[in-house]
Amino acid sequence: MKITIERAALLKALNHVQSVVERRNTIPILSNVLMQAQDGGLSLTATDMDIAIVDKVEATVNEAGSTTAPAHTLYDIVKKLPDGAQVNLSTNGDQLELVAGRSQFTLQTLPQDDFPVMTGGDMPTGFALTSSEAKLLIDKTRFAISTEETRYYLNGIYMHVAEGSDTLRAVATDGHRLARVEFPAPDGAAGMPGVIIPRKAVQELRKLIDETDGDISVNLSDTKIKFEAGATVLTSKLIDGTFPDYERVIPQGNDKIMSLDTRSFAEAVDRVSTIATEKMRAVKMAMDSGVVTLSASSQDSGTAVEEISVDYANDRIEIGFNSRYLLDIAQQIESGSAQFIMADPSSPTIVQDAEDKSALYVLMPMRV
Amino acid sequence: MQDIINSPNCLCRDCSHIWYMPEPPKAARCPDCNSPRLKYHPELSILSTAHIDCDSFYATVEKRDDPSLMDKPVIVGGGQRGVVSAACYVARMYGVRSAMPMFKAKQLCPDLVVIRPNMTKYSKVGKEIRKMMHDITPMVEPISIDEAFLDLSGTEKLHKAYPAQTLSKFIKRIENEVGVTASVGLSHNKFLAKIASDLEKPKGFAVIGKEETMDFLGDKPVTMIWGVGKALAKTLHHDGIEKIYQLRTYEKFDLMGRYGSMGKRLYHFCRGEDDRSVSVGSETKSISNETTFNTDISDYQTLENTLWKLCDNVSQRMKKQNLAARTVVLKLKTKDFKQITRNRTLIDPTMLAEQLFRVGKQLLKNETDGRAFRLLGIGGAELVEGDLADPIDLADPDGQKRAKIENTMDLLRDKLGNDAIIKGRSLK
Repeated sequence: MKITIERAALLKALNHVQSVVERRNTIPILSNVLMQAQDGGLSLTATDMDIAIVDKVEATVNEAGSTTAPAHTLYDIVKKLPDGAQVNLSTNGDQLELVAGRSQFTLQTLPQDDFPVMTGGDMPTGFALTSSEAKLLIDKTRFAISTEETRYYLNGIYMHVAEGSDTLRAVATDGHRLARVEFPAPDGAAGMPGVIIPRKAVQELRKLIDETDGDISVNLSDTKIKFEAGATVLTSKLIDGTFPDYERVIPQGNDKIMSLDTRSFAEAVDRVSTIATEKMRAVKMAMDSGVVTLSASSQDSGTAVEEISVDYANDRIEIGFNSRYLLDIAQQIESGSAQFIMADPSSPTIVQDAEDKSALYVLMPMRV
Repeated sequence: MQDIINSPNCLCRDCSHIWYMPEPPKAARCPDCNSPRLKYHPELSILSTAHIDCDSFYATVEKRDDPSLMDKPVIVGGGQRGVVSAACYVARMYGVRSAMPMFKAKQLCPDLVVIRPNMTKYSKVGKEIRKMMHDITPMVEPISIDEAFLDLSGTEKLHKAYPAQTLSKFIKRIENEVGVTASVGLSHNKFLAKIASDLEKPKGFAVIGKEETMDFLGDKPVTMIWGVGKALAKTLHHDGIEKIYQLRTYEKFDLMGRYGSMGKRLYHFCRGEDDRSVSVGSETKSISNETTFNTDISDYQTLENTLWKLCDNVSQRMKKQNLAARTVVLKLKTKDFKQITRNRTLIDPTMLAEQLFRVGKQLLKNETDGRAFRLLGIGGAELVEGDLADPIDLADPDGQKRAKIENTMDLLRDKLGNDAIIKGRSLK
């Protein structure tokens, strides 16, 4: 293999793929990036056996061929090269030589035949998402993904087409809060199996979306999913599990509705929660007609109280919430007005954007 | 420190009379009641931290209730293969010890009378004794059903007696009113009081004064230090440390570097220093239940059936005390006595048997790989107030239903007794 490539193009591609590579690997080849040069392009592949990212960049290929080299080292080198540099990559036995200007590096390689190839297999469902749809899908839900290892089926975003409606939905929950977002299902999504996309794939995909304006094409089977954004292809295994029947935990009969200004609410929660300890993040919300009193107290640091005006005309109730969860949700509500739909201090509360009902959040109160 | 010159230093164990003797008594008797059971110690009048430990408690209670057993070797323990929970002092003469496997006890003493434990009875007796402790001081820190630390400082005026006298009266009282005997350890801190109570068992009254502390501990084995178990003893042995005095050659810094937080404890304990106060209302730290099988079991399903019964028991006790566990602990012992414990922290604390069982099952599944186990146990740790238990779990839509079923079962059991309703799997 012998190629010449623009430093910026190589850096961008390496940036895409290297983040999949774990810092510590028991299988040495997984620390490497697979480089395949042919037909005027270089293709870079990295995998952790659960996710594979392939990126193609233009390059002058003097001699086609392929090899694997340590991903992070290569990335670090290219990052430090001067802007605008031309990078020459060539294999020499079991070594990779990298020359740029007056810098010269020799890297150990591993045989490309040992590199695990992740095959997509047959993917019967295919549709396209606009980058803003894909962003919506992830941003509105990913904060609620659980990190609990035992309930591995919660460690991702559940994407499916809602029964009886023609909407594509993404749901995530950790048991304490649940986030659901939906929009009209794109062509081709109907009949897709419900899939749980693992957290890491979600994170990698989110990075790719930021760099793409065009559509993201999605292909999936019930074990794998493939996202294509521009020249980058991300393939991921899906979580093999059953996502809970979340519809049943979304309360239907909550009747105490409170509307408030999102921004001032978030700021007040943030201020009041300064008092709350790392262990007890509870903020108490006391709803009374026209006003909510936020308060927090901790044995170590003291107490905090703040009032904000709200639109509420029901019985006085007090509900405690985890302040971090409140802030997470407030951050996702883009319009000025948020709505709390409550029942009592021990039942789930619904939070929604008053002007945009596409996303719905369910929040379990805390005992305070 | 109070002036101990000419202070009372001799106590009659029978009538609790206390007086001053210029030198240790030789074949003396109590001037009041003529009893020869005297306790002489120069610091007798100034020590006030005590550890009280009933003598082979379960066995003593059984003997009390069946006087025909009085001179027989009696042990309390479970089943063919369980372990000895308590061995009376007759049985101990044969070398039988508590925590010894049952078969070994029988080998040592073929005439052994084995009594199945009756925990309800012991706990009732334990509570009676606890109540009497509270009669002499509010500063009672229970360690288990039959032992506790007592801080008697400041009770002199109330009882018009020195702590040593109050203790001696207390021991008499439980002997007379409850019918069990206990040993007292009296010293200047908890660590030493606990050691002392073990020195003269049964019916002991041992005193470790400040003056003698260093000498007393010096040549004792490190295993006497609270917290030094088999594993740490082995490490210490490996490092050439067998006796407590050897620990004193090390700086605190060194010990902490070698043995972590335990090192700090070693540093102070080897000098007889212990600044822990007797803490009242010491909370329950964990609630657990375990069983030793008659034959070793490797089959998952059989283990699971037992697990359910254990979970049910643990959950009932948690509910009774209104406590909930943040962590579930599974304990297994392999047939070659290797102990395995596995923890899992829950997203929300629980007091439900179903929840304990679900988590316990997962932990158990990971361990059942063909190995045979002799013991299985489950427990709840990191206990919190019961009010925080089992909130709605958004990721478990059936959780509320299961909780309701369990609560209904509990109500029925409360009314009609424990066997009124049970889950089918209890019958397996």
